[in-house]
Amino acid sequence: LGHGSGGAMTQRLLTDYIQPLFNNTWISQAHDSATLPWNTDRLVFTTDSFVVTPLFFPGGNIGELAVYGTVNDLAMAGAEPKFLSCGLILEEGLPMVTLKRVLQSMAKAAQSTGVMLVTGDTKVVERGKGDGIYINTSGVGQQISQWPIEPGRICRGDVILLSGDIGRHGIAVMASREGLEFESNLTSDCAPLNRAVAELIQAGVEIHCLRDLTRGGLATALVELAESCGKTFSLDESRIPVSEAVEGACEILGLDPLYVANEGRFVAFVPESSSKLATSILRGTVAGSLCEIIGRVGDGDHPQVALKNSLGCDRLLQRLPGEQLPRIC
Amino acid sequence: MATERRHIEIAGLVQGVGFRPFVYRQAEHFQLKGWVANHSGGLHIEVQGNSREIETFIDKLSSDKPPYSRIIRIESHPVPLQAEYGFRILPSVWDSSCSTLVLPDLAPCDDCLKELSDPKNRRYGYPFISCTLCGPRYSIIDKLPYDRANTSMQPFPLCGKCLGEYRDPLNRRFHSEPNACLECGPQLRLCSSSGDTVADSEQALYRALDAIAKGKIVALKGVGGFQLLADAVNGNALAELRRRKRRPHKPFALLYDELKNVCRDCCVSDLEARLLSARERPIVLLEAKDESCTSIHHLVAPNLTNLGVMLPASPLHYLLARHYGTPLVATSGNLAEEPICTDNDEAFERLGKIADCFLVHSRRILRPLDDSVLRVVNNRPLMLRRARGYAPLPITLPQHAEDRKLGRDTLLALGADLKNTVALSHSGWAYPSQHIGDLGSANSLSHFNRTIGDLTNLQRCQPDKLIHDLHPGYTSYRWALKQKTARIGVQHHVAHLFSCMAEHAHSGPALGICWDGTGYDCSGVVRGGEFLHWDGRSPVTHLASFRTFPLPGGEKAVREPRRSAAGLLYEISGFVALQHQDLKRCFTRRERQNLVTMLKGEINSPQCSSVGRLFDAVSALLGLTTRMSFEGQAAMALEQCARGVSSKDSYPFNLAKKDGRWELDWAPCISALIYDENKSLPQRAAAFHNTLAQMALAVALKHGEKNVFLSGGVFQNKRLTETITALLQAQGFSVHCHSEVPPNDGGIALGQIHYAHCMQAAGQPLGEVPP
Ligand SMILES: [Fe+3]
Ligand SMILES: [Mg+2]
Ligand SMILES: [Zn+2]
Ligand SMILES: [Zn+2]
Repeated sequence: LGHGSGGAMTQRLLTDYIQPLFNNTWISQAHDSATLPWNTDRLVFTTDSFVVTPLFFPGGNIGELAVYGTVNDLAMAGAEPKFLSCGLILEEGLPMVTLKRVLQSMAKAAQSTGVMLVTGDTKVVERGKGDGIYINTSGVGQQISQWPIEPGRICRGDVILLSGDIGRHGIAVMASREGLEFESNLTSDCAPLNRAVAELIQAGVEIHCLRDLTRGGLATALVELAESCGKTFSLDESRIPVSEAVEGACEILGLDPLYVANEGRFVAFVPESSSKLATSILRGTVAGSLCEIIGRVGDGDHPQVALKNSLGCDRLLQRLPGEQLPRIC
Repeated sequence: MATERRHIEIAGLVQGVGFRPFVYRQAEHFQLKGWVANHSGGLHIEVQGNSREIETFIDKLSSDKPPYSRIIRIESHPVPLQAEYGFRILPSVWDSSCSTLVLPDLAPCDDCLKELSDPKNRRYGYPFISCTLCGPRYSIIDKLPYDRANTSMQPFPLCGKCLGEYRDPLNRRFHSEPNACLECGPQLRLCSSSGDTVADSEQALYRALDAIAKGKIVALKGVGGFQLLADAVNGNALAELRRRKRRPHKPFALLYDELKNVCRDCCVSDLEARLLSARERPIVLLEAKDESCTSIHHLVAPNLTNLGVMLPASPLHYLLARHYGTPLVATSGNLAEEPICTDNDEAFERLGKIADCFLVHSRRILRPLDDSVLRVVNNRPLMLRRARGYAPLPITLPQHAEDRKLGRDTLLALGADLKNTVALSHSGWAYPSQHIGDLGSANSLSHFNRTIGDLTNLQRCQPDKLIHDLHPGYTSYRWALKQKTARIGVQHHVAHLFSCMAEHAHSGPALGICWDGTGYDCSGVVRGGEFLHWDGRSPVTHLASFRTFPLPGGEKAVREPRRSAAGLLYEISGFVALQHQDLKRCFTRRERQNLVTMLKGEINSPQCSSVGRLFDAVSALLGLTTRMSFEGQAAMALEQCARGVSSKDSYPFNLAKKDGRWELDWAPCISALIYDENKSLPQRAAAFHNTLAQMALAVALKHGEKNVFLSGGVFQNKRLTETITALLQAQGFSVHCHSEVPPNDGGIALGQIHYAHCMQAAGQPLGEVPP
């Protein structure tokens, strides 16, 4: 518990664990705040907190998640992520090796995405009052697109691109937490998205809107976007990539992959004229290798997301009301 | 003899039923002068003449009124004499906000049928023959008053002969709005699956019949929408239809040419015969005779002995059925649970991959109306799906709703999300819409919006309040949130109870046995085995419920009875239950492992008290149905399995107080049932039905309320409903079942309205939420 008291132990945590990993001018100063150089007119700022059980899951851990999550939120606004802060809330009794592993992957994730962790804070809570580690990260980035990328810019006729197969993160975490066993091994899709976005922008793709898929899955993200822009989206179910492993797991669990969480997938709204270019660029990136055009923005002027199935029926997607309760009477 | 003049106003079902010609003939007969006119409030008449003759004339209006018309009220008062030279039919008056009733679509009358098959008649073989007593109505009405210009007959100007009939007060077609003939009326056309015309009129009909005979699937533009026709004897054609429609098991309806041929294949009681021949022409569920296996192919209703049968609902259906001779399959022309197609182009597009050709015509269908479905239970008709032939007729609400204070509010009830219907209440009447379907699809949602528009436009009123179910996942609930109207939430099973009460004009103390699949009640439990009590004054109380069990996989379990079975046994004996032989054969080893993990970890495994799922579980445990391809499949299989068993044997169960209400524990019954080696499968199925009936009786006896109402989808089960009724009646209870609206969720909207009225009358708060 002493590690969070602000005394010598906190100092040791910083010098022994954090500084060696995040070696940069600002963190080495160990000052109260980081004074950062800034010379563009558009600063993009976001924050997110990360809670996950288990801390390590197939394909990732809470440390990576905390870096990628905030980096991805910045990327979705068309920004190049620059600096991160990190707040750690540790539960008393957390093995130091676990902490070290988490911090190591944070460092690696930061390095791979080109973002610098420049300030942070640590608190320790009593045993039983936290799930090992909670992490908060905030991030600032620099807008690299010529115009703001936001739901209000979504236009009729826009093509909706999905960067890859859905549902892996939610299922992988649940399977390892609950001890479920599925036919094939399943890993989280946890990944950074900033490179893929930067490439789209640099190639001159006219991006109207981006959104990363997190809790609530693809369906919730699209319903939210349709509501904020007041437009009708039509999707083609057969074009939405779902891995066999996720499909099989959802089949047993009775879950709909459209509503399962992701941590490294996003949708992009681009005009028809840019869709070919966008697809080919995305397919060349790590995060977007399985990219598909899954639908488009229709003529309707009421917020609605319709999913056409193989029979030709349009099913309307909804936000999940808490848990999935059966409707069938 | 005194001469006087009277103004008469008639309210009720008096437009489109031949009322004006009837009035005209009566007036002529009594030598009265004056006029008659359709009015937005019904019918207005002024007659002048001998006062005694006028009295008799007014009596005749009620006593000799045209068949199918309904009079709510006749009022008359004297007015000053005027110069009059005869009796005239005046143009319709349409000015006030009062309502009138719109007629449903009616099957051809005997006179029209005679003409249809009379080679000397000028309408011989004309598929759109009709008169003032029969023909299309709701499917062609755009708006009121019911005049040709306001119907989809508007593009067909009457030819000289037809106009003569239309103007001749003594003719059966006097002011018959859909009047037409081969010269001037709608025409038949046969189109390829891409929509190109390949034949016209008679040729179109013959070539369509030819195609069916060759095993093809023909899309027919029927009364309320498209149907898909195939030869009911041709297994290949049926297999193809099932493949293309992706409907492996759900039974198809059959179209017969005449009653005597139905009787050849099915057992038909007098009541069933009457229902089949009624002007509404519903599909009636009948028990197939065993020997009928020879003529009707088993793919019509795989593994089921009940057949859905109908007689021709239009002249076009008559021509097809008569010429074809053997029964035809006639199933709705839609994709899965969507509304049926009504428009030619829409049908070409949506059904193009299912039908080989399209028999269409040039009269537009203005709204989709599915075929209605009935079944006889307790020797009374039980509605299963209310649409064509019944919609948009209202249901009279109990007296107190006519109370000016209560009747003033126009309520729009939004129903439930599956088998959705909506209902509007207005001056003492409830207008339930036709069956709309599952609101999960974009097409159903627009049908829902249009239907609400239809009801409010025809009644010329806007709702003051909306009533919705409490389920937060319902589309209808979300729809209500978006409106700028005050809203009231009513719990699902409360709505079921009041729906049944409304039908029996009951607004006093009642015991509700509400058994179905899923109803939301804020407790987190998927409810469906509920006993409710209303004392006639206070809020409704929840008297008893079934013991809960988990549904691993949530909504998935609704489609897979094997999951309900797993949850049921897990509730009794924990994870060892998954080793039970009846379950072992339904799952792979890994599936069972994961199910145990899900059940232990409570992962997507909501608790349920649902009798619907209990039926599913037993059906799976008896090896009848482990997965379903259509709703109700497992319960139907279980009901059918018990066929022919008359034993009253039942299994044990417990009834005990738990948390202030009675809990029915099915565990002793299930334990006995799965190890019951002494009984045959049918005997076990029958004993399960009997046990449920004993459970219902046990709760009713604990409470004592004499008026018992059975509602919820489970009561589509004839055996169960009849067993419970008999058992309760023998103990002095009055048992009430549904008849006019379905016991399933199709009846929810009516119940929502009646509940609001009853609570208002009792001075109970409705928990209104302002917009
Ligand atoms: Fe229900
Ligand atoms: Mg985020
Ligand atoms: Zn007729
Ligand atoms: Zn004519």
